[in-house]
Amino acid sequence: MSTTGTPTPDLRLDPGALRHLADAQMNVELDTGDMILNLGPQHPATHGTLRLVVRLDGERVISADPVIGYMHRGYEKLSEFRTYPQITTLINRIDWLSSFANEVPFMDGAEQLMGVEAPRRATYIRTVLTELSRIATFLLFLGEMGLQVGALTPAFYGFRDREHILNLIEATTGGRFHPNFNRIGGLKDDLPWGWIAECRDAMKIVFDACDTFENLVLGNEIFAARTRGIGIVPGEVGAEYGMSGSNLRACGVDWDLRRDGRPYLAYPDIDFAVHTHPDGDSFSRYVVRLEETRESARMVLQLLDAMPSGPIMAKVPRIIKVPEGEVWVETENPLGQMGYYVVSKGATGPFRVKIRSASFSNVSILPWLLRGVYVPDVITILGSLYFILGDIDR
Amino acid sequence: MPKLPGLIGGLGVTLKTMLRPAVTVQYPHEKEAPAPRARGVIALKEENCTVCMLCGRQCPDWCIYIEGHKEQRPPRREGGRPRSVSVLDRFDIDYALCMYCGICVEVCPFDALFWSPEYEYSEPRIAELLHDKSRLGEWMESVPEPEPLEVGADPVKKK
Amino acid sequence: MVSALSTIAPLALDVGWGTTLALKTIIVLMIIPAGAIILGYVFLLKMMSHMQSRLGPMDPGGFHGWFQLVGDGIKFLQKEDVMPAESDRRVFAMAPAVVVLSTFLIFAVIPMGPDLVVADLDVGVFYALAVSSLSVVGVLMAGWASANKFALLGALRAAAQLIAYELPLLLAVVGVVLQAGTMSLQGIVYAQRDGDIFGFSGLGEPFIFTQFIGFVLFLVAAQAELTQTPFDMPVAESELVSGYMVEYTGFRFLFFFIGEFGTAFAFAALAATLFLGGWSLPGVTGDWANILGPFVLFAKLMFVAFLMFWVRFTYPRLREDQLQALAWKVLIPLGLVNIVLTGAFKVGF
Repeated sequence: MSTTGTPTPDLRLDPGALRHLADAQMNVELDTGDMILNLGPQHPATHGTLRLVVRLDGERVISADPVIGYMHRGYEKLSEFRTYPQITTLINRIDWLSSFANEVPFMDGAEQLMGVEAPRRATYIRTVLTELSRIATFLLFLGEMGLQVGALTPAFYGFRDREHILNLIEATTGGRFHPNFNRIGGLKDDLPWGWIAECRDAMKIVFDACDTFENLVLGNEIFAARTRGIGIVPGEVGAEYGMSGSNLRACGVDWDLRRDGRPYLAYPDIDFAVHTHPDGDSFSRYVVRLEETRESARMVLQLLDAMPSGPIMAKVPRIIKVPEGEVWVETENPLGQMGYYVVSKGATGPFRVKIRSASFSNVSILPWLLRGVYVPDVITILGSLYFILGDIDR
Repeated sequence: MPKLPGLIGGLGVTLKTMLRPAVTVQYPHEKEAPAPRARGVIALKEENCTVCMLCGRQCPDWCIYIEGHKEQRPPRREGGRPRSVSVLDRFDIDYALCMYCGICVEVCPFDALFWSPEYEYSEPRIAELLHDKSRLGEWMESVPEPEPLEVGADPVKKK
Repeated sequence: MVSALSTIAPLALDVGWGTTLALKTIIVLMIIPAGAIILGYVFLLKMMSHMQSRLGPMDPGGFHGWFQLVGDGIKFLQKEDVMPAESDRRVFAMAPAVVVLSTFLIFAVIPMGPDLVVADLDVGVFYALAVSSLSVVGVLMAGWASANKFALLGALRAAAQLIAYELPLLLAVVGVVLQAGTMSLQGIVYAQRDGDIFGFSGLGEPFIFTQFIGFVLFLVAAQAELTQTPFDMPVAESELVSGYMVEYTGFRFLFFFIGEFGTAFAFAALAATLFLGGWSLPGVTGDWANILGPFVLFAKLMFVAFLMFWVRFTYPRLREDQLQALAWKVLIPLGLVNIVLTGAFKVGF
């Protein structure tokens, strides 16, 4: 308290005046001022090397800043010195879980500059492989979202069921993760014998897997308690921040480039529904992706039934020199809208490639979204937004 | 109070999975055969190679090292000029750098490179991942026959 | 013949009380690590793996990897003993011992046969629950002595959870005590063995039928006491940092591990004794009960442990505030309702 000569503190009112006395007596290590927590580049919760610098007040987040760039590989610069087939090997690795889907807009752009059109069979097979990539990455999401909220088992089911899709992709392209299969004018090879029947069997497994996830994860009340109302993004805010894909559709915005954008691949020829959900929370993002997985499986079955015969590759010269021009192509990738702006000056490789990746914009909403949430919910939100670091950093 | 059905349904899923056999393939005791087109290792057919260096130039990683020299061969018929033939001295692929993209196999105009699904060639020392000409020739035995294509595909044109 | 069998039971040996005490101590000390290893192997390694469509350890020991946990124990033993520089050394060293101590003490009252019990206390149930709360002290000691802000936060959170779920545990057991009329665990087993279901006395009367709400409450509260999913937020702080065990390595961490699975073993044994009839098997009496009793109890506790681990591997985890709300707003009122109903039925029938 006070010794002679030191004035007694005014104890009448103002609780704030006493706080320093209480702290001094308790010798508190738990300074309940702001604590800075580094969800560092190496972390089990973030999908790769994302660093999230979070200021906490007790349990609640005051501000969160994502620090990206730990996986920057310089693809846009590297593309200036490579030919088109070599660039395909690079852009496979942007979103490595659905790598075929990354090649499609780039090759589409190059074909537009050259004025070639891929034959119908090649277009259909490209669409089938794109939708297979979408199924593969969404199966992984459905599993690992359970892992983010604490259930260990769904992650294993996701990996187990994904194997069938990867085997299909390997049977036709030779690589499970990095197909490197698109060429200007079509595809590298045709499908091997028996692939269509195997694909149909795999789609049955996909439907069963979706039902399993619905029973195990979506129907679970604990999962609902952890994800409903967490990380709500209103539609306009999402669109302003550049969110796209399933994240935006889960906010109620009915926008899908496969239906609404410039017609590409075989999407104009088939019927498919676009799924949205009115709440913008983590639960709805899970629901939307689950429904989209089922929809993709249905699309694949339609495409297989309608598969045309014919050549795989259009008539292109041996050494391909793409004429001068610029083109912007965007497609609906599993993670969102992906776009390439290709500038060509007539050489065997592009002059400049600008890659608009979906996760880069999806992650930009994190500072707005994470204000005031509890720390465990940060993990849930990161899991539900589903970004891939290679897609953010390129 | 949580409704029971959702929680019970989840328990049913795990119980059902527990009662079914596991999907694990116990490598190395059991092995799954990869697809015939799987990109396991690149094999070299030396007699087809004309040292055109296209594969080495197109490789994005520059992992193919080629050296060759020109030799004079006797003319095919009497009175003709001696032919100069390229002879392959060194053809190494560094599998520590190779990213298995397949561009070299694709651009080879003379069908000297082939894919093989063989994947068990890991080494304790990185330097031994540089496969030289003879080793690449040995991989030719594991190259599968070209497989038939799916219904509706155009027949393969022989180069 | 019968008398020869009865000499096998250690308590029937004509030795002094000192030797008997020593024998009992050794048996209890061996049961916990053995139980922890068995439960850990069967449920954590094998059952979890098969639920996830994979095989689990197959190589260590040759036959389906039975040696895995023993090998893990040996590995832990040879690790360097690291203590944080700022930590309180004595408290840091004692904390794992306190956590494991509570587990050993529970086993002093669990009966494995009509004569096979270390100490048949009149207040056996009360003693068991009181002693199991000692682990809270151990957790707090671990968190405090680690000199780590995050460890302390994790320990406080864990302690809050453990204390909150003591009450549903207690209330569930009160129903059983009301029905059996005694707090002695041996008495509860006899009450279940000798009771009858609506006049049919063949099966005895395991309290799981009449105390079904209590059984569910006990299992949920035990799940939380063991910090298992869906209540493992304190331990799965490894999402962000680690729980209260973050600064522990090697042998001390092994203690926590044995404590966790040993306590699971103890709680499963308690549940089997309170609700499933303990060591009693219908139709088995006398000396055969002494010989078969431990195996019967083991089978019943494996069933209970199966339920606990089944839930652990299926459900996601609750957030800390949801977990507390569940305890205080749902489980405790349910426990009180259960007591009222039991009392009413006891008086009525």
